[in-house]
Amino acid sequence: MTAEALIAPAPAPATFDPGAEAARATAAILHDTLHGTERGVVVDSPPGAGKSTLVVRAALELAEAGRPLMVVAQTNAQVDDLVLRLAEKNPDLPVGRLHSSDTDPYDKALDALGNVRKSAKAADLAGQAVVLSTAAKWAHVKVDEPWRHAIVDEAYQMRSDSLLAVAGLFERALFVGDPGQLDPFATVGSEQWAGLAYDPSSSAVTTLLAHNPALPQHRLPVSWRLPASAARLVSDAFYPYTPFRSGTDHGDRSLAFTVPSDGSGPDRVIDEAAASGWGLLELPARHTPRTDPEAVRAVAAVVRRLLDREGRATSERSPDPAPLTAARIAVGTAHRDQAAAVRSALADLGVTEVTVDTANRLQGREYDVTVVLHPLSGRPDATAFHLETGRLCVLASRHRHACIVVCREGVDALLDDYPSTEPVQLGTLVKFPDGWEAMFSTLDHWQQHKVSWRP
Amino acid sequence: MSLITTLARLEAVRTGRAQPAATVRHRHLSDRPLVFVPLTTAGEAGAPLGALVGTDRDAPHLLVVPQPRDRDLRFAFLADLADIVLPHIEAYAESVEAAERTETDPETGKRVKVEVDLCADAAQLVVPSRAGIDFVRLLGRSMRFRRTAEQDPETPHPAPPRVPLLGRWLTHYGERARVPGSSLLLAMTDLLGRHWATGQSTLEDQHLGALLAWIAPENSPEDSPENSPQDSPEPCRTGAEAARRAELARDADGQLLCPPAGPATDPAFDNRLLAPAIERYDRARTALAAAEDGLEADDRLGALTAAEREIRELVDSRTRPTWDAVWRGLDLLRALPEGAHTEERWMRDRWSFTSHRDRILAGEPPQPRRDDAVTAANKLATREREQARLEAQEALDDPLVMAGRRLSGEAFAGEVVDVVMAYSESKRPSPRPLVTVRTDDRPHLGERVKVYRSLGGRPQTAEYVGPAFPDDTADGTEPGTGTGPGTTTDDGTLVLRITDKMGRGKEPEPGSVPEKGDLVCFTLFEHEQRGGAKLPDPEQTPWTHGGPPGEAAAVPEAADAQTEEDVL
Repeated sequence: MTAEALIAPAPAPATFDPGAEAARATAAILHDTLHGTERGVVVDSPPGAGKSTLVVRAALELAEAGRPLMVVAQTNAQVDDLVLRLAEKNPDLPVGRLHSSDTDPYDKALDALGNVRKSAKAADLAGQAVVLSTAAKWAHVKVDEPWRHAIVDEAYQMRSDSLLAVAGLFERALFVGDPGQLDPFATVGSEQWAGLAYDPSSSAVTTLLAHNPALPQHRLPVSWRLPASAARLVSDAFYPYTPFRSGTDHGDRSLAFTVPSDGSGPDRVIDEAAASGWGLLELPARHTPRTDPEAVRAVAAVVRRLLDREGRATSERSPDPAPLTAARIAVGTAHRDQAAAVRSALADLGVTEVTVDTANRLQGREYDVTVVLHPLSGRPDATAFHLETGRLCVLASRHRHACIVVCREGVDALLDDYPSTEPVQLGTLVKFPDGWEAMFSTLDHWQQHKVSWRP
Repeated sequence: MSLITTLARLEAVRTGRAQPAATVRHRHLSDRPLVFVPLTTAGEAGAPLGALVGTDRDAPHLLVVPQPRDRDLRFAFLADLADIVLPHIEAYAESVEAAERTETDPETGKRVKVEVDLCADAAQLVVPSRAGIDFVRLLGRSMRFRRTAEQDPETPHPAPPRVPLLGRWLTHYGERARVPGSSLLLAMTDLLGRHWATGQSTLEDQHLGALLAWIAPENSPEDSPENSPQDSPEPCRTGAEAARRAELARDADGQLLCPPAGPATDPAFDNRLLAPAIERYDRARTALAAAEDGLEADDRLGALTAAEREIRELVDSRTRPTWDAVWRGLDLLRALPEGAHTEERWMRDRWSFTSHRDRILAGEPPQPRRDDAVTAANKLATREREQARLEAQEALDDPLVMAGRRLSGEAFAGEVVDVVMAYSESKRPSPRPLVTVRTDDRPHLGERVKVYRSLGGRPQTAEYVGPAFPDDTADGTEPGTGTGPGTTTDDGTLVLRITDKMGRGKEPEPGSVPEKGDLVCFTLFEHEQRGGAKLPDPEQTPWTHGGPPGEAAAVPEAADAQTEEDVL
């Protein structure tokens, strides 16, 4: 969320029809992309607003219009996912997957697709209607004739210097991304360039808009992933100036468990989350190491009970309840060692199929239920890393049904002790909301869904 | 802060002495470093007060600006500095050896080897603290755009001839210091902080006196014989006490016993000693100017010289302890053997030094005030690559650093307990031996995660297959399929598949596969860094980044225009 993306929210119509709103936004985006005069179009997409669907649709329409298209994504997993979605929509479209020369450079599922040609050399893929690869791989490609069009996916997670390396490959581009997720980072200091429009460590969209302020900017208004219970909080806390709505209403989705509660803390918080969409499992206040064993065990216990109690998720996707399987549950943490600790705690309880990862790696993923170890739980201090808005936003916006936050008591006092102290750099855009504010407003909301537990 | 650093700091608190954070020296140290201890004037950014500079620890050059607000005196200081620093740098710049470099041929576009000069060694600059590096950068920026009378006869305040050149060199040193692992310009506090862990915070480690008090308390300045007995009542028992005394202890006049390493000075010194001395100097100068005859002028010149000498003594008294401390730090660091990869990184410093020399010889303009988009991106990419390289090389050079990586799950060491020969499933099967390693470490391994070990200085790659079950195969699972990624069994035995560096034959080359009983150490991080993608030339900057810098950038930038505040 950056100040430059500040667009006055359109007055909500008396009856909000999410489908129609989303269709209208998509139509405008596609019109600007296919028929606009500007060299770039920027689309802000809140979590689960159909960003990938938009990318696939735009790719298909550009391909149908006969415009050679390159697609730039940030990770190999994202590229493979887009290739599979493209093939699903149009199995005859000649697609090129440009990959690295490492071992296993792409998802083996691509081998089953007849229309997809794979190569480590861009020249081999000339003539394919759409060629997809990662920004890192594209940076090594040299062309005489640039592509007519490009789609840059996850553009807010792409670094400015990464765009610099590939921007010569295309004439025009559609930039799609979620401004609320984690900003790209550099492993060394880059204060030297703070305030420059082309600061290489800033996001690609920041640089693009600083140099081309007149580019059309669109916004997807509806989150299809987040339930009505979550969309409001996530929108208010992380997208205060670009609000969005959920595509479903209260009551459209439900989560029920076959096995009744045994009255324990984990079971009570599961029931609270199933009923309200949020659950806060609060452990007693304590300063702990990062891999707080008690909190890690609590996370594992909640996951174990989620599986044991045989959840049934009902949603607009299927009229019949779908079982809540391990594949539909994820655990999110701030640090990798925390994720490793949770994995081994889960293994001790015999759970192996549940995804456990850091916020960085959970970006773009979707689950029915998520269990989050709060970034500030048990900490004696709050650093800029832990207060980063995007980190909490990713963790709190991966779920379709419910999100359970495991946290130690005392985070409110910690926030009082550590106000944001990020240095203000001249010429840089001030980000809204700041992480401190977002931490506070989410915690405040979660207090209403609190289950205190002393393991 | 990593867990092992936290542990070392806790141990330092308990023992009262700094603990080693490295077993080898991870930075190159020149045989003849140029030590530079600058002081700046309070409230006047970029107005030097004085400095000790030189390569001889017993005979530093003392440079002083008796009235820091006087532009002419400041220029005189900078000219003197240039006369000491530039000959030192130029001596290194003139001694070259032949070297090869790969360049892109402008006509064919091919990568070709060209023979170029490489400076046989580079001049190394050592300052006391990180603030000293910032000051070097500031001096560079303030000087490199200056015009000499020769360059521009019209310029209102021409700089002495060699000052802009010094500015360009100091700018280069300041910029190079931002590259991780570089050693052209070093801060002593950073150097000592890298090799020892004290029982205080990293912020407190920025105080050179306090840092040395933890590392070598018996030599701390308050215990040295030249201090009067009442200044050092009793020897400090712990590093914490010695550090506290270094930071806070004052003499009867309220002056710090261990003056700050600068460039900022202690306010008590500014107010009670320096300001009155400068005032006396100003009065003497005014009096001299007002002298009416030669005899009077002679007298007043004597008074002025005395006033100036007083300031020189004051500056000397505040810089000398820091000067000695820097050399003491150098002694401590030289006692450590040099890390194996240090020389390779110093080679990069030599290339950097040589390329700057070449730019000056080619008559190129001074470094621009701001980097253009392509230069900034290239610098960031280089620094990130050097950071990764430094982290890997330090771990490979130093078992203590590697221990930290093992503790954080990024590496593991252990004994090979079994080797089973296996082959890849291709037309020409290549060896893919399965190596079982028993380790007490808890690495963060996932299925097919790549791990690396150093084999004769080159990285050999293996992939993690899974935990081994030496006794328990009752459930019928194959090794490596038992549990999900990221877990190891409690006995810490795991199976790796070696995938390269075994030669081209069907049988692996001798010594390329670990044998039973071997002690091995694998890392989860890569040992060598891939080169990044080539960015476009600045003239090809794309539209997303504002397009080419254009004509404006081609013209060398002028110095800031004069404002009324500039003229004092």
